Amino acid sequence: MEFLIAPIIVALLASALALTISILDKHVNNYGDVEININKGKKVLDVKGGDKLLTTLSSEGVFLPSGCGGRGSCGACKCKISTDIGPVLPTEKPYLSIEEINNNTRLACQIKVKKNLDVYIPEELFNAREFSGIVEEINDLTYDIKEVIVSIGDESIDFVSGRYIQLVVPPYGKIKESTQRAYSISSKPSERNKVAMLIRLVPDGIATTWVHKYMKVGDKLRLIGPFGEFEKSDCESVMICIAGGSGMAPFKSIFHDMLEKGEIDREVWYFFGARTTKDLFLLKEFQEMEKKWPNFHFIPALSDCSPDENWDGEQGLITDVLDKYLKSKITPSKHKEGFLCGSPGMIGACINVLNDNGIKDIFYDNFA
Amino acid sequence: MAPDINPLVLLLASILTSNILLANFLGLCSFISISKDMDSANGLGMSVTAVLTITTAINWVVYRYILIPFDLLYLRFIVFIIIIAATVQVLEMVIDRFSPALYMALGIFLPLITVNCAILGVALFMEIRGYSFLQSIVFAFGSGLGWWLAIVSLAAIQKKVLKAPVPEGLKGAGITLITIGFMAMAFIGFSGMLIVQ
Repeated sequence: MEFLIAPIIVALLASALALTISILDKHVNNYGDVEININKGKKVLDVKGGDKLLTTLSSEGVFLPSGCGGRGSCGACKCKISTDIGPVLPTEKPYLSIEEINNNTRLACQIKVKKNLDVYIPEELFNAREFSGIVEEINDLTYDIKEVIVSIGDESIDFVSGRYIQLVVPPYGKIKESTQRAYSISSKPSERNKVAMLIRLVPDGIATTWVHKYMKVGDKLRLIGPFGEFEKSDCESVMICIAGGSGMAPFKSIFHDMLEKGEIDREVWYFFGARTTKDLFLLKEFQEMEKKWPNFHFIPALSDCSPDENWDGEQGLITDVLDKYLKSKITPSKHKEGFLCGSPGMIGACINVLNDNGIKDIFYDNFA
Repeated sequence: MAPDINPLVLLLASILTSNILLANFLGLCSFISISKDMDSANGLGMSVTAVLTITTAINWVVYRYILIPFDLLYLRFIVFIIIIAATVQVLEMVIDRFSPALYMALGIFLPLITVNCAILGVALFMEIRGYSFLQSIVFAFGSGLGWWLAIVSLAAIQKKVLKAPVPEGLKGAGITLITIGFMAMAFIGFSGMLIVQ
């Protein structure tokens, strides 16, 4: 009998504690019916209180961006809350500027819905919704970058080129919980029933491992979006675009969109940095684009290529190549804007080069 | 049989001479990561003190009236951990509901405390040293205050260190660990005053 006592005691103790928590959760965590008023009555939601604002909104079909899936580590799910819900939490502070704190911006994943809330979210986020898709194509672009094209069937996605979408990663292998990761959309806005992404394998990355090792053509998946603010400006400034690796995705979308809309009077310089020829992809596509668009200049550059790779393009760090072109080849008198997409390190270094060359209007989308 | 120690002596000893953090080095992870600003350090210190006192009291009762009578002392680790985790969850819910202001101050730190080894450490010390119920509570409360004192001191020192000319390679975790080492040495200065086991 003695061997039964230990598991029985532990089981009883754990059950008693679990029961206490469940009862308390049901009663203490019950905040009743709560009204969430979005953008001064544009949408009014009647919901049950007690859950986080981010999950409450998404369960009602209002999606805020959240690259980390609501863990408070990406700072993307910002919204303004005019109702007094107490001071900013220490978990929110690292992601909010003083200006944002002063105008009542909060992180939706850190706020619990306890009473009626007046919330303001940017109008364009009303476009964001959940899409069910089927993997139509998986193309190997390099040894570690795949292009994934997802068909969303009869549904239609409305976005501005440069935006990103959140891929819902289902549980697989040892990953027991669903999670979400953000990827720039590489397809054109005119292709309204498909979404393409360029996804580079990150060692041990939850989403990229799933895409590279588990995903098959025909798989069903979910996408949430579109989100983001990265886009080309609506002016005649010279566009200095810089990408590294899968940072090519938003530019692919932007350039094809511009070409399609006939915006080819605008001067565009597209610098693409890679290490060796193995890391280059879609070269022909952009070289073809150069032929159709005289003001478009594509400059791929390799930082670490060996002589036997027979590379006759630019060599050196992308910052050095960028600096050389800004000083010697790109029309100095015209106003220029910088657009960057890639790793935080690359973006930081390129911003310094752009600033040193007098370019102050810089827009970027980093992978942090 | 509980040792014959005056609770007041035990309180002072657990705060200073046997400081759970700087003498026993328990609860270092959150001590290092949350000591960068004073508000967070205060919130975490307050939470650790509250959770330590409450969980030690519950653990003492379970230890005395369940584990000892059924001769299940070998289960004390798992039982103490279960109780700590459940208590923290209950506390979080109750504080969030009934005291939003307090929740703002310490609620968000509560989940972090579930894995703070100072909490388990005090429960085990209480058992090893055979403290009575009152002694256990005083010891837990004092250990919490000692932990709070240590983290607030570190936060204050870190504020100064930020403006100090620290060598590049030592910035961040490096200088923080060196600072903790100096703090531990400073607390050794208290060690001759009171000795409790």
